[in-house]
Amino acid sequence: MGILKKKVNEFPTPYTCTRAIREGGLETKLSMVLMGFGNMVHGQRIKGLLYLAIEVAYVVFMIVNGIGFLGMLPSLGSVPQEEYWDEAAQVYMYTKGDQSILILLYGVATVLLTVLMILAWRGALRSAYKAECLEKEGRHVNNFAEDLKTLLHENLHRLLMTPPVFFIFAFTVLPLVFMICMAFTNYSKIDNHLMLFDWVGLENFKALFDSSSILGSTFWSVLGWTLIWAFFATFSNYIFGMIISLLINRKGTRAKGFWRFCFVLSCAVPMFVSLLIMRTMLQPEGAITGNVNNFNVIYLLSGGDPVTDLASTAGKTDLLVTWLYKLTIDKQYYNIGAVIGILTFVILAIGALFTYHNSKSYKEEGGF
Amino acid sequence: MAGKKMHSAKRKRFINNTIVHVVLAILAVIWVFPIVWVILTSFRAEKGSYVSTFLPQSFTLDNYVKLFTDTTILNFPQMFLNTLFIAVCSCILSTFYVLAVSYCLSRLRFKMRKPYMNMAMILGLFPGFMSMIAVYFILKALGMTEGNLIKLALILVYSGGAALSFQIAKGFFDTIPIAVDEAALLDGCTRWQIFTRITLPLSKPIVIYTTLTSFMAPWLDFIFAKVICRANSDQYTIAIGLWKMLEKEYIDSWYTSFAAGAVLISIPIAALFLYMQRYYVDGLSGAVKG
Repeated sequence: MGILKKKVNEFPTPYTCTRAIREGGLETKLSMVLMGFGNMVHGQRIKGLLYLAIEVAYVVFMIVNGIGFLGMLPSLGSVPQEEYWDEAAQVYMYTKGDQSILILLYGVATVLLTVLMILAWRGALRSAYKAECLEKEGRHVNNFAEDLKTLLHENLHRLLMTPPVFFIFAFTVLPLVFMICMAFTNYSKIDNHLMLFDWVGLENFKALFDSSSILGSTFWSVLGWTLIWAFFATFSNYIFGMIISLLINRKGTRAKGFWRFCFVLSCAVPMFVSLLIMRTMLQPEGAITGNVNNFNVIYLLSGGDPVTDLASTAGKTDLLVTWLYKLTIDKQYYNIGAVIGILTFVILAIGALFTYHNSKSYKEEGGF
Repeated sequence: MAGKKMHSAKRKRFINNTIVHVVLAILAVIWVFPIVWVILTSFRAEKGSYVSTFLPQSFTLDNYVKLFTDTTILNFPQMFLNTLFIAVCSCILSTFYVLAVSYCLSRLRFKMRKPYMNMAMILGLFPGFMSMIAVYFILKALGMTEGNLIKLALILVYSGGAALSFQIAKGFFDTIPIAVDEAALLDGCTRWQIFTRITLPLSKPIVIYTTLTSFMAPWLDFIFAKVICRANSDQYTIAIGLWKMLEKEYIDSWYTSFAAGAVLISIPIAALFLYMQRYYVDGLSGAVKG
């Protein structure tokens, strides 16, 4: 128990993978091939069986689907969808061609699963080695019920963190990797690559940085405008807010609660409602509406929640993001959209690194 | 002489006060004007999206009645129930996620702690809706974009990323003295018991804050719901419904009802917002110390 306690406090542990491979006994080494074997030998039958089940499930999945998915990944499919005349139904039908987007998605998912499998494999190896060491030293090897019990105490973080992290991987990391992959393909409406597309390497980045093309010049102007806008919006918001709060909290001001209520009320109305109202208010006003209106639609759709920025300068990328929305949803230039997303990230990351790393809270974090 | 000076100082203060009040009044009017306008529109008897007068000619409650009775084209009660169901489920899930992750990061020390926090920061920097299309494809691959499974899909989407915004709750947990935990450990509590019996009861404000914010998200979100629901009108949430009312084919007959709907969903949200004001102070002051 003493060593276990120490292990919780300090992360270095004697039961590492390399040591397991180098110094482990036969049963530990066999666990490299047959996951959970070492655990079973040392009396952790259920744990061993669970590891084995994971391995079997993975192998079956790989044989049935996974290898096929991975094999399609480099080419992203090549069978085009074809039209043919269905005599019986008297309509044109389509053959089921390859869909590059699904091939890419399944491929990425398989790669992520493989990464998880490698982690599980390492876990199995370590746990087998640990069981071996403990038994050799004549100490108690936890059975399954005791293992479960540690989940409420020493390993509480495993119990509490696993479900959220699982969902983060499924709904944030996987989509993100998938989108990043898109930046290196020609998945766009240009040349009709919506069904079948290929890897193009850094072409999209080149096109965007090439300031002589339409895309490139638009990008630079939007970027410039975004930066200016972000700067002014942040500062004016900040200063404006400060001024209002100073005015309200002044000694001479009466009915403080009422003023505060007025200003808070407008924040409380859902963003999309106020934007929808703005949109319709601008509608009957004739000529200029086309443009303004259009902006508002996009603003409405993308203005609210795209940027979850740490420095609470919400809307920092609003205009790049607005453009991003237009490109992906309206024009279906998914690849360019993905590139812009990545570049937005880079810009934000640089900004955040400056503010976050220098902030006191980061340096002092975890110091208690 | 002195009296005159005092008099002028008093006058100056009076003028300043007047100016401040006038400025505040102007700003408040600009701020509140759209809200008043929507409320007035929701009671307006004349149909159509555009009328020449600011004040309605006659008032009526029909717009509200229509919202709940005319279910042939846009089924508002159905949308309301959909949104409520999604909101309740995703609220329970994401509250659990946020509190659990925050507690772990604040109180437990484990190998993946720092990496997790860095990962959360990096993921937060990507424009959220960039991955939206990918999320749609994933849900489609799982067969969750048809029928009632859309609700499940939306619940998963709303609660899925919740654990990434742990900062406020973690900041709050950080302010609870560690000595309390240590005392409980000495008395033989497990960490789980400390979490459920000590930390959570001590953190009521942040529990309420987390619950309310995660409850509100589905009412306010428009874009994910739109992308995932597509044409499944029986699964629409309120946000899509309201948006739909302003489409060309509906706007003439539905505009005033749209205003009524907007008022109806704004009331609870505004109430929550005002109620949460005092917790904002608590929660954020905690975050600064984090």
